[in-house]
Amino acid sequence: MNAFWTLLKRDIRLAMREGGAIGTALGFYLIVIAMLPLGLGPDLNLLSRIAPGLLWIALLLSALLSLGRMFETDYEDGSLELLAIGGLPLELVAAAKALAHWLTTGIPLALLAPVLGILLNLDIAAYGVLVLTMLVGTPAISFLGSIGAALTLRARRGGLLLALLILPLYVPTLIYGIAAISSATLAASEAFWPSFLILSALSMGALVLGPLASAAALRIQLQ
Amino acid sequence: MQLTIDQLAVRRGSRLVIDDLSFSAKAGQALLLTGPNGAGKTTLLRTIVGFIAHERGTISLEGGDDEREIGEQSHYVGHANGIKSGLSVSENLTFWAEYLAPDAARTEQRDRIFEALERLNLVSLEDIPAAYLSAGQKRRLGLGRLLVADRPLWLLDEPTVSLDTASVALLAGIVKDHIAGGGLAVAATHIPLGLEDSAELRLGAARAPA
Repeated sequence: MNAFWTLLKRDIRLAMREGGAIGTALGFYLIVIAMLPLGLGPDLNLLSRIAPGLLWIALLLSALLSLGRMFETDYEDGSLELLAIGGLPLELVAAAKALAHWLTTGIPLALLAPVLGILLNLDIAAYGVLVLTMLVGTPAISFLGSIGAALTLRARRGGLLLALLILPLYVPTLIYGIAAISSATLAASEAFWPSFLILSALSMGALVLGPLASAAALRIQLQ
Repeated sequence: MQLTIDQLAVRRGSRLVIDDLSFSAKAGQALLLTGPNGAGKTTLLRTIVGFIAHERGTISLEGGDDEREIGEQSHYVGHANGIKSGLSVSENLTFWAEYLAPDAARTEQRDRIFEALERLNLVSLEDIPAAYLSAGQKRRLGLGRLLVADRPLWLLDEPTVSLDTASVALLAGIVKDHIAGGGLAVAATHIPLGLEDSAELRLGAARAPA
């Protein structure tokens, strides 16, 4: 388990030091959300009604930007081969890298979301729920995304393929994430818990399935 | 300890790159793989590590740890160095020391990292980000892995690439110490490492599609 923490620490340190991935994701999120009111017009009721959906979709797209790099840099500099024979099972290598992605991309994006909610006139009652559902839902983005990152590792222009492969898998997270936020704004609070618990279940499922599938894909890529 | 390869066949695409290859390498001996480009040196090493599945034959490490795969008992030095340009020289080495030998005591690890830096003439570059190293210095840093974690089998694929003459001698000394300590080394190389007591295995030229 020590090797797992060592790898996680290294990935977080690299992400903080290079900073590019986090900055790009946050910047992209900001720009997309800032442009929406310009495109849709200053209809405050409309914006506030569709804000949860817009915030979630833009978050998915922003997280997708940095997913492609999850294994790529390690593959290019030869580290991935060495990580694979290091003694730590490849499943845990994938898990450590996905977890690092969540900590350095998922959490910052989830924390930025309420700030961007102001731009979309998001209902004030929804702020707490928004952050909570995003923190619970974003692990699924990183862990399911790791499957796509592993599959498209050696593909040229893999980013586009990654989006096509992985975005459909995010549909359940998107639906229940938005349902949870909407129920809080519509004062239908009895509908919040079922959606929220399914969202948690989706993330926990991804936590297990993601590393298993990524490791299988990585084994093929290393051949 | 002995690495035994018996009637190994490895297919890459439609081509049988290695066909019916048998050899063994004993502890205390370096085995040099030679042969023209495309003869299957890299393929053979990557098959031993376990990255490439073989079609027929067996690979076994007698006297090794049966609980662990051969790859987990090997150091593999490939074409890439496995170093992060965002980390400093000592951070790179520390990461591999902690990752490859997670159970070693911290003080012992620090001593070994320092010894490795000293031996590879990298002490003065300790705090410099690896991005600023020359190709040869990066290679030396990559080889530092061999010194910070103990593994019985060393698989070296063109380890001398971009090293100067002095560094090649340094590497030869490191490999010599490893096999003198009862280790095993298989190296694919075009440059003679200057090892006494080494066996040579010459792989054939590229074959036509089978």
